Amino acid sequence: MLCDLCGKNQATVHVTEIVNNQMSETHLCEECAREKSIQMEQQFGLSDLLAGLADLGTNLAGKTEEETKMKCANCGMTYDDFRKIGRLGCSDCYSAFHKNLAPLLKRIHGAVQHVGAVPIKTGQEAKKKSELEELKEKLQEVVQQEEFEEAAKIRDKIRELEKKNGDKNKTKDQGKGKIK
Amino acid sequence: MTLDDLMNRLGEWLKGEGPNSDIVMSSRVRLARNLNKVPFSHWATKKQREQTLASIKEALADNEFLKDGLLISMKELDEIDRNLLVERHLVSREFIQKPDSKMAAISANEAISGMINEEDHLRLQVMKSGFNVTGAFDIATKIDQSLAGRLLDFAFSSEWGYLTACPTNAGTGLRASVMLHLPTLVLTKQINKVLQAITRLGLTARGFYGEGTEASGDFFQISNQVTLGQREEDITDNIERIIKQVVEYEQNARQMLMAQERQRIADRIWRAYGILKNAYIISSGETIELLSSVRLGVDLEIIKDINRHQLNELFIFIQPAHLQKLEGKKLSPQERDVKRAQLIRSKLLSS
Repeated sequence: MLCDLCGKNQATVHVTEIVNNQMSETHLCEECAREKSIQMEQQFGLSDLLAGLADLGTNLAGKTEEETKMKCANCGMTYDDFRKIGRLGCSDCYSAFHKNLAPLLKRIHGAVQHVGAVPIKTGQEAKKKSELEELKEKLQEVVQQEEFEEAAKIRDKIRELEKKNGDKNKTKDQGKGKIK
Repeated sequence: MTLDDLMNRLGEWLKGEGPNSDIVMSSRVRLARNLNKVPFSHWATKKQREQTLASIKEALADNEFLKDGLLISMKELDEIDRNLLVERHLVSREFIQKPDSKMAAISANEAISGMINEEDHLRLQVMKSGFNVTGAFDIATKIDQSLAGRLLDFAFSSEWGYLTACPTNAGTGLRASVMLHLPTLVLTKQINKVLQAITRLGLTARGFYGEGTEASGDFFQISNQVTLGQREEDITDNIERIIKQVVEYEQNARQMLMAQERQRIADRIWRAYGILKNAYIISSGETIELLSSVRLGVDLEIIKDINRHQLNELFIFIQPAHLQKLEGKKLSPQERDVKRAQLIRSKLLSS
C-alpha cells in the first residue's frame, strides 16, 4: 500500500481519525507521518493547554490592556507572548508576570511556595526569608488551634525578624542619601 | 569514549540488576536548571544560545562525571547518530529536532547525561538499574551542587524555587521516574485501576519510549507531576512508597497467575519465544510485545537459557537507529523489519 499523502513510499503508519462521529482512515509512509505528527503536536501541544490556563489570573471579560501588554524588561517577552507560546522568556519573566503566574502555578502545582533545595550561592539569603515564612505559617496554625499564648510569642519573633530585615534596607537607603 | 562505543556495550542502567529489577527496569532523576537572567533557549538569539552553550560546556567539561565520557555537539552528528542517543535514553526526542547550539554530555557508563539548550539551559539526568530513585537523586544533587557552587549562577527565587522555561517544572525542577514492567497487571486487567490510583496520588504514566508515547509491551514510565511546594526528598520518597506498592501488586498477580493458570502463561511465553526465534520479518511493535512476554518468562524462571541483560540489549538494539547503525547505512522500514528479525534470531539462537 502506498502513502496517501505523497503516493511514493510504502505506507507503514495507519491513522484512524474520528471527527464529528465520522471515522476516516489514513495510511502514511514514515516521513509523512512524522510531519503530520509534528503538525498535530503543534495543534494540541502542552503550550496550548498552558495558554488556556494562563488566562486564569485575569478575569477574561475585564482583561485590561495593561495586563496583556505586561512586558519583561530583561528579555522583552510580553504576557501575550507567553500565552501564545506557553514558555517564559527568561528567569526575570517570573517577577514581571508575578501577579498572573501565581494563580497559574497554584493551578499546576497546588502550591505557590518553594520548600526544596536552594542553590549553594543563594542559600544564606533564602534561608532567612524562609525562616520568616515558616514562622508566619506556624502563626496561622496556632491561631487556628486557638493557642494564643504561643501565637503571641511567634508574632514577636516575626516582628523581630522583620525589623532586622527592615533595618538593613533602611541603612542602605540612608547610605544612598549621604552620597547625594 | 566515542559515539561508536555505544554499539559495543550497554549502559550501566540496563544491566538488569539492582533492587526489584524483575519489575523495575530502571530509575531516573532529571533536574532542570537555567542561567539567571539569560533568555531561555527558545527565546534567545543565536548569539545568546551560543554563549549559554559555551558557559555550561565549560562548567561541565571538568566535572568528574564526564571523565572518560563524551561531550558532543548535536550539529556534528548525522540523523542516525542523533536518533541513536534518543533510543539510548540519553537525550530527548525534542532535543534533536533543531540541532543548532546544542550539546550532550554523557558519562562513560551512560548513567549520567546532560543536555545543553534543551527547553531549559541544562537538563541533567541520572539513571540507575532497578528500583533506586534515591541513589539516582543523590548523584544528581552532587553534580548540581558542584556546578552551582563553582561556575554557574542558576536562576532561583526564594518563592518559586528554580525558575524554568515552562512553569510546570518550576520549584525543584525535579522529575523522578521509574520504568516498570507490569505484564500480569495488564493480563489480569487490573492495570487501569492501578494507573488511575497513581494519577490521583500526583504521579503520571507514560510509555517506554518516552514522552508522548503510548505504553507498549506492558512497560510504564511513572513520574511525579508536581515540582513546586514539595521538598526533593518528599518527591522521591512519595514515588518510592507508591511504586513499592505497585511492585507488590504485580508480584501478587504473578503468583496468582502461576498458581491458577500456569499452562496458559507458559504457552503464551513459549509462543512468543518461538516467534522471536523463527521470524524473518518483524515490526518493532510486535517485537516489543513478544519481548515483554519473554521477559516475564525469564522473571518467572520458565525460560532459563537467556537472562535479563540480554533481553535489555534486544529492547535497545531493535530500534530503528540502532539497526541502521549496525548495518552502517539508512534502511527503509521494510528493510529494518528484516534486519530486526535477523538480529533477534542471531542473539537468541546463540544464547
